[in-house]
Amino acid sequence: MAATIAIVDYGMGNLRSVLKALEHVSPPGTAVRVSSDPQVVRGADRVVFPGQGAAADCMRALRRTGLDEAILEAVQDKPFLGVCMGMQVLLETSEENQGTTCLGVFPGRVRYFGTALDRLPEGRHFKIPHMGWNTIRQTGTHPLWAGIPQDSHFYFVHSYYAEPADAALRLGVTDYGIAFSSALGRDNVFAIQSHPEKSAAAGLRLLENFARWDGAVP
Amino acid sequence: MTLAKRIIPCLDVDAGRVVKGVRFVDIRDAGDPVEIARRYDREGADEITFLDITASSDDRETMVHVVEDVAAEVFIPLTVGGGIRRVEDIRRMLTAGADKVAINTAAVFNPDFVREAADKVGSQCIVVAIDAKQVGQDPPRWEIYTHGGRKPTGLDAVAWAHKMEAFGAGEILLTSMDRDGTKAGFDLALTRTVSEVVRIPVIASGGVGTLDHLVEGVTEGKADAVLAASIFHFGQYTIAEAKRHMAAAGIPVRL
Repeated sequence: MAATIAIVDYGMGNLRSVLKALEHVSPPGTAVRVSSDPQVVRGADRVVFPGQGAAADCMRALRRTGLDEAILEAVQDKPFLGVCMGMQVLLETSEENQGTTCLGVFPGRVRYFGTALDRLPEGRHFKIPHMGWNTIRQTGTHPLWAGIPQDSHFYFVHSYYAEPADAALRLGVTDYGIAFSSALGRDNVFAIQSHPEKSAAAGLRLLENFARWDGAVP
Repeated sequence: MTLAKRIIPCLDVDAGRVVKGVRFVDIRDAGDPVEIARRYDREGADEITFLDITASSDDRETMVHVVEDVAAEVFIPLTVGGGIRRVEDIRRMLTAGADKVAINTAAVFNPDFVREAADKVGSQCIVVAIDAKQVGQDPPRWEIYTHGGRKPTGLDAVAWAHKMEAFGAGEILLTSMDRDGTKAGFDLALTRTVSEVVRIPVIASGGVGTLDHLVEGVTEGKADAVLAASIFHFGQYTIAEAKRHMAAAGIPVRL
């Protein structure tokens, strides 16, 4: 049977770009499906968890649809890719919306850029959101970084950033006034703050790597 | 490394066709938005902005298909402006594959629309487009104009930018109506004043005629991104050349 990739749809924005980008790079015969059905997520071989919008809305939608449970199951053993908000809610809590309890897949929290930047002497010059193309310094080898040059540019749009409690989770670092974790991972779970589906060749390569990844980290 | 300054080519689309004479010798169909977008993507464009100048509302749906077709093949951010008046218009464009929409006239007539839109789809999708004309010299003052620069609104452009940020705009697309089409360079005083007043990114627009103009927009205008149309469309410069020129001037760009 052909491999399936489920794109988790919790009604928070446009997933067409993620779908088209995955279809563009997946091996022939791969079925890529956008779905809000927890059973489709459970039945998929790989899961992509994208996202936009605010953390509280995201968590509310996940709980209402039961997708939170399906995600927590998927991160146990399936190749899993969290993107943007889909990365942030994998942590324990977010400062967004006066504090939001998240999925807790990774220990740590999500913080507001403004708080960190305003402590810097020149911090006021950093615009929020962090929007545009910035580089990711790969802090180790990983199957999803294969073929992507060190310090490649990726497209970012976000006002909050992940701060993992365990530095070993860091797979990529980006500088924006502060050095923040732009990619996290453990075992079969990889999460990235930027939008690979909008990051031209580097992003497509990452998605292609994911579409072929068995979830093992050598 | 740091956040790159963006170069954004802007395409005018009328009833699904790119107009205002895009001239590439190696493009078979100079009116095909997909082919032109692919070309700009290959050259290293950081984003593409489509301005829907379709006059007839019957043809509005065409823009949705343009966005769908481009988004299926070009994997960089896409912004769509023109005729965005309701949250449904925004949702249709985002669902088609746009990442952001630019709101112009509708924001002037109903500022709460920006608040509502940001609330519904998130600030990151909302670009407020400001068309400004200088109306005072000392101190310099700029006023917002609508309808392609024909109708004054009495609104101060700098105060307006500040207000739109407070209402939830994620970015400002700032066009000088004095400079648009002149090839005399950006209105740098306007660009700098707005860039320093808001904390959201500002895209400078209007007046680019040389690659040095792009550099000035960033170094003197303090813009986060520079938008241009004709210098790229007519093959005067490629985006790759523009980026190398900016990099040589010490500006961080994605090469």
